[in-house]
Amino acid sequence: MSGATGSKLRSMRDAIAAHVHDGDTVAIEGFTHCISFAAGHEIIRQKRRNLTLARMTPDLVYDQMVAAGCAKKLIFSWLGNPGVGSLHAIRRRTEPAALAAGETLLEVEEYSHHGMVGRYVAGAHRLPFYPLRSYSESDLPNVNPLIRQVESPYGDGKIWAVPPLNPDVAIIHAQRADEEGNVQMWGLLGCQKEAAFAAKRVIAVVEKIVPTSVVRADPNRTIIPGLIVDAVVHEPYGAHPSYVQGGYDRDNAFYREWDAISRDAAATDAWLKEWVYDLPDRAAYVAKFGAAYFKNLTPTSAPSGAVDYGDYR
Amino acid sequence: MSEQKPASRNELMVVAAARALKGKRVCFVGVGLPNIAVNLAKRTVAPQMELVYEAGVFGASPARLPLSIGDPTIVTGSTATVSMHDLFGLYLQGGRIDVGFLGGAQIDKYGNLNTTVIGDYTAPKTRLPGSGGACEIAINAKEIMVIMRQSTRSFVQKLDFRTSPGHLGGAAASATLRKEQGWGGNGPSVVVTDLAVYGFNSDGEMELRSIHPGATLDEVKGSIGWELRVPANVPETPAPTTEELRLIREELDPTGAYV
Repeated sequence: MSGATGSKLRSMRDAIAAHVHDGDTVAIEGFTHCISFAAGHEIIRQKRRNLTLARMTPDLVYDQMVAAGCAKKLIFSWLGNPGVGSLHAIRRRTEPAALAAGETLLEVEEYSHHGMVGRYVAGAHRLPFYPLRSYSESDLPNVNPLIRQVESPYGDGKIWAVPPLNPDVAIIHAQRADEEGNVQMWGLLGCQKEAAFAAKRVIAVVEKIVPTSVVRADPNRTIIPGLIVDAVVHEPYGAHPSYVQGGYDRDNAFYREWDAISRDAAATDAWLKEWVYDLPDRAAYVAKFGAAYFKNLTPTSAPSGAVDYGDYR
Repeated sequence: MSEQKPASRNELMVVAAARALKGKRVCFVGVGLPNIAVNLAKRTVAPQMELVYEAGVFGASPARLPLSIGDPTIVTGSTATVSMHDLFGLYLQGGRIDVGFLGGAQIDKYGNLNTTVIGDYTAPKTRLPGSGGACEIAINAKEIMVIMRQSTRSFVQKLDFRTSPGHLGGAAASATLRKEQGWGGNGPSVVVTDLAVYGFNSDGEMELRSIHPGATLDEVKGSIGWELRVPANVPETPAPTTEELRLIREELDPTGAYV
């Protein structure tokens, strides 16, 4: 955990090189919204291996990282291409009949959404478990021995529990931050805050770097303080093909295209070569799509009303 | 206006599901057909209904049909946008959800659902998405409605994996256990398919309630993997109205992407 002061602004290349290591447990969070594909692609380019990838919904970003050979294990609660169907690269590594010669099955550890959120909460709060009512009469505890029952100390019977999850590194995308890493976000918050507080190291990736005065003018909007952030990366369109509320729309057409690409291992490799390995960074990816492409994904404006915090000198 | 085309089987499903929501207050919405059904209900039989999306939205007012459960249109103009910890803790487990929609790859006669694997868990024939929020919706929403197409592959005698509990092995045991373990919900109440509408009898077993126009009892029974309970005199599901079809075709799914 950081605690350092002053500017933490880094390039994505430097941030990943410094904070993501082979064998780490990595959580690139963001529920449909604000998923740092830019970080996922840089991890692929830097050829990290044997990662345990944690995310509520692995989404395309982990399908791509699995296809690129970065992962040995997935921790998740919903494994699909949202609104479209399956994650085919991951299916090829989880269904024995689909496994290619020389490949091994991915380890999987699965929960429900509330269970995954609870794991981050327990991790962030330094608690030994998170109690919840889910899992009664479900087969999930039969296949995941980490989902256990505890007796309530107040005589209310048994309750299910999930263990804390403390990722080595959490990577969080958001609308804006200052250079010290005070992160502000709006729209779907997912479990960005909980994952960041649970992690040993935090990389914050944002669309816009703003002066600290902008953060301080609206402190309720801050979800993660610079105190726990190790690196801040300025990466416009860094969440594409996911989206940023008020910035750009979800690229649903790409989510559909990925279904066709990812069904075929060779097409998947060709896509990774063209859009990840052969590009130096996110700026090149954005330039390759072109400005007109992103203009089409830009919503019309719907600003919030301002609130008055008052001046109390 | 030219004469309307007759309702498709997907439209029959959506309309039957929407009508089942009459008078409901707080509904946990899924993507796809449930989403259209809920938005249709809000425009017809349940104008006061609050739409809740697991991504963290209470009181959504979507201006377009979301492809994914986390589309930005569910945020803009909503009553509250919250963290997922709040959504699953305060709203769902806290007992604020009246109806949850679920579907699945497999359902059994007690309304238990599988969304995890086909085949053996450790060496699956088909790896499905898993629980997502389904397991806790099944336990905590006061009532569960299911929308899925029926076939002998999906309406099965025995699930390959029980992701989300329904009436377990029967209503009596299920009710006792729900009470003992402090579940907020009463389990599944309605199943809507492309052929028919089902309820659950006092044993917690699925029972035919009505058959959609154009479908036959033989077709219904032939696409279910167990001996279906059929009461005497099963009525036909009332056909969609002109206005219901217009809302689906012109407002809710104008490109025909879902229905």
